[in-house]
Amino acid sequence: MVPAVSLRALRKAYKDVVAVAQLDLEVPPGECFGLLGPNGAGKTTTIEICEGLTLPDEGEVRVLGESWQGNGRALRERLGISLQETQFSDKLTVGETLQLFRSFYRRPRPLTEVLDAVQLGEKRNGRVGQLSGGQKQRLALACALVADPELFFLDEPTTGLDPQSRRQLWELIEGVKRAGRTVVVTTHYMEEAERLCDRVAIVDHGRIIALGTPKELIRSLDAEHVIEFRVAGPTSLTSPTSPTDKDLLALDGARSVRQHDGRYLLESAQAHRTVPALLSLLAARGLPLEELSTHSATLEDVFVHLTGRQLRDA
Amino acid sequence: MLKRHWSERPLVQLTLVRVREFVREPEAVFWTFIFPILMTAGLGIAFRSKPEAAAKVAVLASAPAASATAAQLTGNRLLEVRTLDDSAAARELRTGKVALVLVPQSDSLVEYRYDDTRPEGFAARRLVDDALQRARGRRDPVTVRDSRIRERGSRYVDFVVPGLLGMNLLGSGVWGVGFAIVDARRKRLLKRLVATPMPKSAYLAAFLLSRLGFLVVEAGVLLLFAGLVFGVPLRGSLPALALIALLSALAFGGLGLLVASRQRTIEGASGLMNLTMVPMWVFSGIFFSASRFPAAVQPLIQALPLTAVNNALRANMLEGASLAQVAPELAIISAWLVVTFALALKLFRWQ
Repeated sequence: MVPAVSLRALRKAYKDVVAVAQLDLEVPPGECFGLLGPNGAGKTTTIEICEGLTLPDEGEVRVLGESWQGNGRALRERLGISLQETQFSDKLTVGETLQLFRSFYRRPRPLTEVLDAVQLGEKRNGRVGQLSGGQKQRLALACALVADPELFFLDEPTTGLDPQSRRQLWELIEGVKRAGRTVVVTTHYMEEAERLCDRVAIVDHGRIIALGTPKELIRSLDAEHVIEFRVAGPTSLTSPTSPTDKDLLALDGARSVRQHDGRYLLESAQAHRTVPALLSLLAARGLPLEELSTHSATLEDVFVHLTGRQLRDA
Repeated sequence: MLKRHWSERPLVQLTLVRVREFVREPEAVFWTFIFPILMTAGLGIAFRSKPEAAAKVAVLASAPAASATAAQLTGNRLLEVRTLDDSAAARELRTGKVALVLVPQSDSLVEYRYDDTRPEGFAARRLVDDALQRARGRRDPVTVRDSRIRERGSRYVDFVVPGLLGMNLLGSGVWGVGFAIVDARRKRLLKRLVATPMPKSAYLAAFLLSRLGFLVVEAGVLLLFAGLVFGVPLRGSLPALALIALLSALAFGGLGLLVASRQRTIEGASGLMNLTMVPMWVFSGIFFSASRFPAAVQPLIQALPLTAVNNALRANMLEGASLAQVAPELAIISAWLVVTFALALKLFRWQ
């Protein structure tokens, strides 16, 4: 089967900043694939190279089995694209904007069908300038849907949206997946990647540092739980009675430990054993516990584990 | 390829977008359609043709023969004479309230003080001198009869309307095309459009098509107003005038395209547009004839597109010149059209 996207040894630098460094990637048809990483990781450059909008310095790009050289027009007929931060003309109506995009394709979907798909039927005659952020993002998706494409490239489709609008967009993208289309989506929201993507590549500094299904990546931590805690006192992390990394790693089930923002992050394979052991260690040292929470490990924890940085402040 | 309705073609849709964006922007409509009319009305009224007002002159009160001289000049309907003391006379001459000050030293010697670089100073000198010489006994050997002819087409308003039309074509070409493109680039809409199979040529052609549509309204309304209200003549053939206007609109559209070919910000584009247009506003003969500038810079001025447009419009409207007679101007405009488009397409950035 011809992969929907195939990238080989891709490299792109802007002046002396390397945006994409030796990136290899293959996305089979029908998959929803996520490029996950902090801002500036090279996700947008990678996806715009796939979209034929940016030329790579080196490497091979094949989209739906074709290269961009000489095939641009035909290939674009088969792609649905939503760029980061496109502002459509405020003075046009939703319907007029979609009519414009429909006119570019040989076999566009009927206007009303697309409007209904993104739940903008009632806004058909409303000006784009009057739409909310979520509605604008759905319009952007609608402009990708008019072509009835085989392959979607969605660059940060939910950035800056409120949780409800985000869930609405997720449902739309899940509909596209159900219709058997291939989707490549970039995001820096872990929960978005976990919910939508069949497979995820974690990208940092222009390289893929981890690749797999969200479950595989989380399992690779060998620690299904993360215990976060803080002990009382401003200097708790440095005081002589504070537990050292060595103390904590000796606890039953503990796999790794990290300190961040005045708190400990303890990854554990067996939280039900690690937590009681932690409590007795702290009690023995006379350290009052100020905060304690545990959560199942997420892709966020995978990123932290791999890079030592939080996604948000990376 | 499916058969589709003509209205679903990219060029039609892109042109509709241009028209919709324009008519839904009240400011743009005002500056393009209303402002030139207000300008014509204002200038037409301010410079309406009227008989020359009497020349304002003063007699210096402290001069020896002041009162006798003043008496000899009063009663002449071409002169408005006052007697002023030294400081008042100097002040009024300096500020242009009087065009000339007479200093009668004696019955046989008079001094005229005036600024010979000012037209009214020189005119006043001739009027005063005639009146004074005759009052003191000069006899003119020839009898003169004045026949006054006021011709439509030689008034200031006749001169300025073709200039305003040219200026308007320039402005709407450069602004109309330039801003829309830079704005679309800034909003990353251009990038989104080239990510579709849209023919790039259709995007640019839509600007030209919409410009032609606006041109008919823009030029039509201004010429109709000038004709009805001020009687500005249209002596040349209308198809020839339409062709000149069309070629001009396209050339200025090309200029707008060139200015906008790389700019990413409205601020940057505004600067470049002003740099393009302001010299033409000054040199290309909108409000006064371009021939007032020194001969040394004339070749440069004549090569400016707006100069050629204004000259061609004036020749057609005021002198009834044929297309053949404005061929040199048309050649200059066409050259600008070709060069700006070729350069713009070479430089154009879609992202």
